[in-house]
Amino acid sequence: MPASSATGVSQRVTGGEVRDRVGDSPSRPDGVQKVRGEFAFSSDLWMDAMLWGKTLRSPHVAARIRAIDPSPALAIPGVRAVLTASDVPGRPTFGLEDPDQPVFADDVVRYHGEPVAAVAADHPETARAAALAIAVDYEPIAPLVDPEEALTAPPIHPEGNLFRHVAIRHGDPHAHGDVVVEGTYEVGMQDQAFLGLESGLAVPAEDGGVDLYVATQWLHVDRDQIAASLGLPADRVRLYLSGVGGAFGGREDVSLQIHLCMLALRTGRPVKMVYSRDESFFGHVHRHPARMWYRHHATRDGDLVKVEARIVLDGGAYLSSSRAVISNAACFAPGPYRVPNAVIDGYAVRTNNPPCGAMRGFGAVQACFGHEAQMDKLAVALSMDPVDLRLRNALERFDRLVTGQVLTGAVPVREVIRAAAAHPLPAPLGPDDPMLARPGGAGATADAAHVRRGVGFAVSVKNVAYSEGFDDYATARLRIEAGLDLDAAPVATVTVATAEVGQGFVTLAQQIVREELGVTRVVLAPANTVDVGSAGSSSASRQTWMSGGALQRACAVVRRELITRAAEMWECPVACCRFENGMVVRVDTVTDVGDDAEGVHVSVGELLAHGHVETEEEYHHAPTKALDAMGQGDAHLSFMFAAHRAVVDLDPDLGLVRVVQIATGQDVGRALHPVQVIGQIEGGVAQGVGLAVMEEIVVSEGRVRNPSFTDYLLPTVLDMPEVVATLVEEPEPGAPYGAKGVGEPPAISSGPAVMAAIRNATGLSLTRVPVHPEDIARSTGS
Amino acid sequence: MRGALVAQPGTVDEAVAALAATPGAQLLAGGTDFCVEVNFGMRRPPAVVALRRVAELRRIEMTPSQAVIGACTTYADMGGEPLATAFPGLAAAARTVGSPQIRNAGTLGGNVATASPAGDTLPLLVALDARMRLRGPTGERTVSLSELVTGVKRTGIAPDEVLVDVVIDRRPGPQEFLKVGTRNAMVIAIASVAVVVDVESREVRVGLGSVAPVPLRARDAEAHAREAIDWDALSVGEAGAARFGELVASACAPITDHRSTAEYRRHAVQVIARRALERCVRRAC
Ligand SMILES: Cc1cc2nc3c(=O)[nH]c(=O)nc-3n(C[C@H](O)[C@H](O)[C@H](O)COP(=O)(O)OP(=O)(O)OC[C@H]3O[C@@H](n4cnc5c(N)ncnc54)[C@H](O)[C@@H]3O)c2cc1C
Repeated sequence: MPASSATGVSQRVTGGEVRDRVGDSPSRPDGVQKVRGEFAFSSDLWMDAMLWGKTLRSPHVAARIRAIDPSPALAIPGVRAVLTASDVPGRPTFGLEDPDQPVFADDVVRYHGEPVAAVAADHPETARAAALAIAVDYEPIAPLVDPEEALTAPPIHPEGNLFRHVAIRHGDPHAHGDVVVEGTYEVGMQDQAFLGLESGLAVPAEDGGVDLYVATQWLHVDRDQIAASLGLPADRVRLYLSGVGGAFGGREDVSLQIHLCMLALRTGRPVKMVYSRDESFFGHVHRHPARMWYRHHATRDGDLVKVEARIVLDGGAYLSSSRAVISNAACFAPGPYRVPNAVIDGYAVRTNNPPCGAMRGFGAVQACFGHEAQMDKLAVALSMDPVDLRLRNALERFDRLVTGQVLTGAVPVREVIRAAAAHPLPAPLGPDDPMLARPGGAGATADAAHVRRGVGFAVSVKNVAYSEGFDDYATARLRIEAGLDLDAAPVATVTVATAEVGQGFVTLAQQIVREELGVTRVVLAPANTVDVGSAGSSSASRQTWMSGGALQRACAVVRRELITRAAEMWECPVACCRFENGMVVRVDTVTDVGDDAEGVHVSVGELLAHGHVETEEEYHHAPTKALDAMGQGDAHLSFMFAAHRAVVDLDPDLGLVRVVQIATGQDVGRALHPVQVIGQIEGGVAQGVGLAVMEEIVVSEGRVRNPSFTDYLLPTVLDMPEVVATLVEEPEPGAPYGAKGVGEPPAISSGPAVMAAIRNATGLSLTRVPVHPEDIARSTGS
Repeated sequence: MRGALVAQPGTVDEAVAALAATPGAQLLAGGTDFCVEVNFGMRRPPAVVALRRVAELRRIEMTPSQAVIGACTTYADMGGEPLATAFPGLAAAARTVGSPQIRNAGTLGGNVATASPAGDTLPLLVALDARMRLRGPTGERTVSLSELVTGVKRTGIAPDEVLVDVVIDRRPGPQEFLKVGTRNAMVIAIASVAVVVDVESREVRVGLGSVAPVPLRARDAEAHAREAIDWDALSVGEAGAARFGELVASACAPITDHRSTAEYRRHAVQVIARRALERCVRRAC
């Protein structure tokens, strides 16, 4: 190390020994608090004299509202306000892509659970009773619940029933393969099921504006939607991030934000609202259910010739992010394979079902269940090993997607497949293995002799960050100053509006500053819309790249300023100074550093003696383009690839399944915090496994039948497989530190791999997820 | 629950008195059903009588012929000794319930009083002809479980009565409890079966859960098993075990709901009944 012979305390503090840099795995700054139950989540928000808000939701799937009479509610002592559509001061609607969703249903209700009114009262029980007391005169109408019918049915919204049709025409539409396989697949409606319920606290401000403390994924886009509906300038609506208990896409849309702010402004009092678990199932968007038809063509040797697909996503009553989700589903319909010819039609439609939007994997998840089932079918038709077939067709750098986009980044598809396949298979289930480890688990239903094992494979592709021409950016503010303690060790303060939803950006931000500036003490300021510009959404696996990129840029600006200060001090050109290990080093002097190190380097701490350095930087990713009418265009920034191999044990008589192991190879670009990457992989696998074998919001005739954790089943620890992971590190050109996103891929192909393993064990075609015991038992049972 | 009165009696008699004192008052044991219903707005009692401090309700008394299990005995208690040896089927059922937290809080009395078709202790209790001792303002009465449970989540427990304990007879021989759910733990049964083989009286008792509005006995299957088992070898033939499963399936009256289908429940109960019997007695070669 160049500066290792320098003397002085400051060198030890700021020099080359700074730990917990990029690539290390330091512990989370909020980790201890969270483990000890001391972390304040948004549901813990409290203020003296606050009121409690409650939403009244439609019991009908589709209805006209003839009249609303709030007076019975207002007559209840302790009730301070009842608000309905006519009270919305500004824009009556909101929405991420287009504001097509009413803040409160006005003349029509379009889904079961749509907000109709909101109440503020001095006690949550009073608010609840008051909401029920509001007299709403509904005239139920026949709901439109079939997504196929939606394409031709009369519109149920002024903006029509088709959110978007994405048509992809690539190569020769008439190409034909020697071997053709066809299939129809269905994916049920999955919920994000974050544990931290929607909650927030709105406080009226003296300037006529409002301060909102809330758990969300994107503070600034919430702010803009709230301000529009309140009819206030954006700077009078200030959002502060509250502790977020998970998000997974379910907090990207506005839920209680506008209602809360309206109640606070109307009553002049702080108002808190916390959804109950059942309300949460109605209060946020879900993963789109899908119906997919596929036809794959291949040569006799196993080269893909053409993929035909028709994908219909049920977007439910309002748009949310349906347009972007269907774009992804269509773009990634063929999976991570070289496909010279493609005819793909993706439709996202409006129905009277619950609104659907963002969820981890965003369109790629649904498509993956289809394309991977097809690859297995094709392997059977070709008498090929399914892994070999995938290796043979795997995308490589400089291949084209079906959108015509040339892959210029890292494309280690073969590497992730080989890595997943290379993990040793788990030992077979023996008679001495505990009952809990068998399918049926605690129910003790299976003896070892009843159990059959299956192995399945799946591979996936997804984009990083926002696509199709969206100006996607993040902002970071960085301030560095001399500390107040004796050795004046410098303190860096990072201010970003990045929503920490569990992904660990708070850890990474500290690592980046340590890496770039060699400063040990890095403090994170609270995230809000007041102190810094937008960070964009904590979604699309984008914050490491985007907020990480903005922070890296801010560090570079600070470094330049410190170099300038050193150059002024030494009265030398800036070009003669270099930043190294928390010091500015003069590179033009060849001094014997033995005795007198002065003038050769100066620590950051010393350079800050005359004042702090502060900057705010934006990072915009390389521009992308919208898809054209043929679905062609460089729509995406970068791509992530993952392969999963699932091993399942299954009781064919009862149809019960236990996923034993998921082995994965994941393309991460570079692992900036390996432990957090593994955390994302394990969590994503849990969600993928959940969708394959149990998680579904059951909707019949537009009605949600299971809005509770009693009946919306999530994997427990006994359902969670062992996870073995290999991180494939091929740095992504143009990405900060070469890192791709890592959050979504584990949730994409893990579920399809489980389905492949179940098919392998049973010989059944099983075209719908989640698979139910009766789907397996009925056909293979006694 | 705003402003609900809470009584914390120390004895059963005090609990009975507290119930009588406040019309509409409801008993609270572990709260694992009670509080869920409060959260869902399905239960709004003006007053609550909490049983946690009633020590006499949380006891297990073993005699050579019986066990007397206090209503406030938790699943964690039931899963261990002395019941694990004396009533392995009940202990097995207790271990399938919920999660560790639920097993630490939830009680036998609460399971009986809730009378859900999926209550996991009920198949074994019905198989053993368990007797429920209830105390009210006019004194004590004892009824069998099948008399007490009258329908889906309906019992004959009067609003002013406390379930004091559950009495079951010891039956020497193997017992099994198997439960099918769509998750490997913490799941509501979509079919369950308790099989008790009494090697002394040479009879088989079968209780079924989640396949009818109330916990059921499968009498035809019991009679068949009694004949099919070779009692000296304690084994059963392949055909005899299969027939047992069929007879169990024909005893039930399952429904289709968002959790499962009637067809699957009937199929599943057939499979697990046969397996339970084959675990209790060896398969004859
Ligand atoms: C997450 C979760 C998982 C669960 N899993 C299972 C499961 O796997 N299997 C299963 O069977 N159940 C399950 N349950 C349901 C519940 O735990 C059981 O039914 C439990 O036995 C209820 O007992 P408790 O002590 O909590 O009753 P409480 O909730 O306190 O009371 C339930 C009812 O019984 C009445 N009651 C209680 N004690 C008496 C008494 N001594 N005399 C008269 N009436 C009385 C109460 O007034 C109330 O009506 C689960 C519940 C939860 C929340």
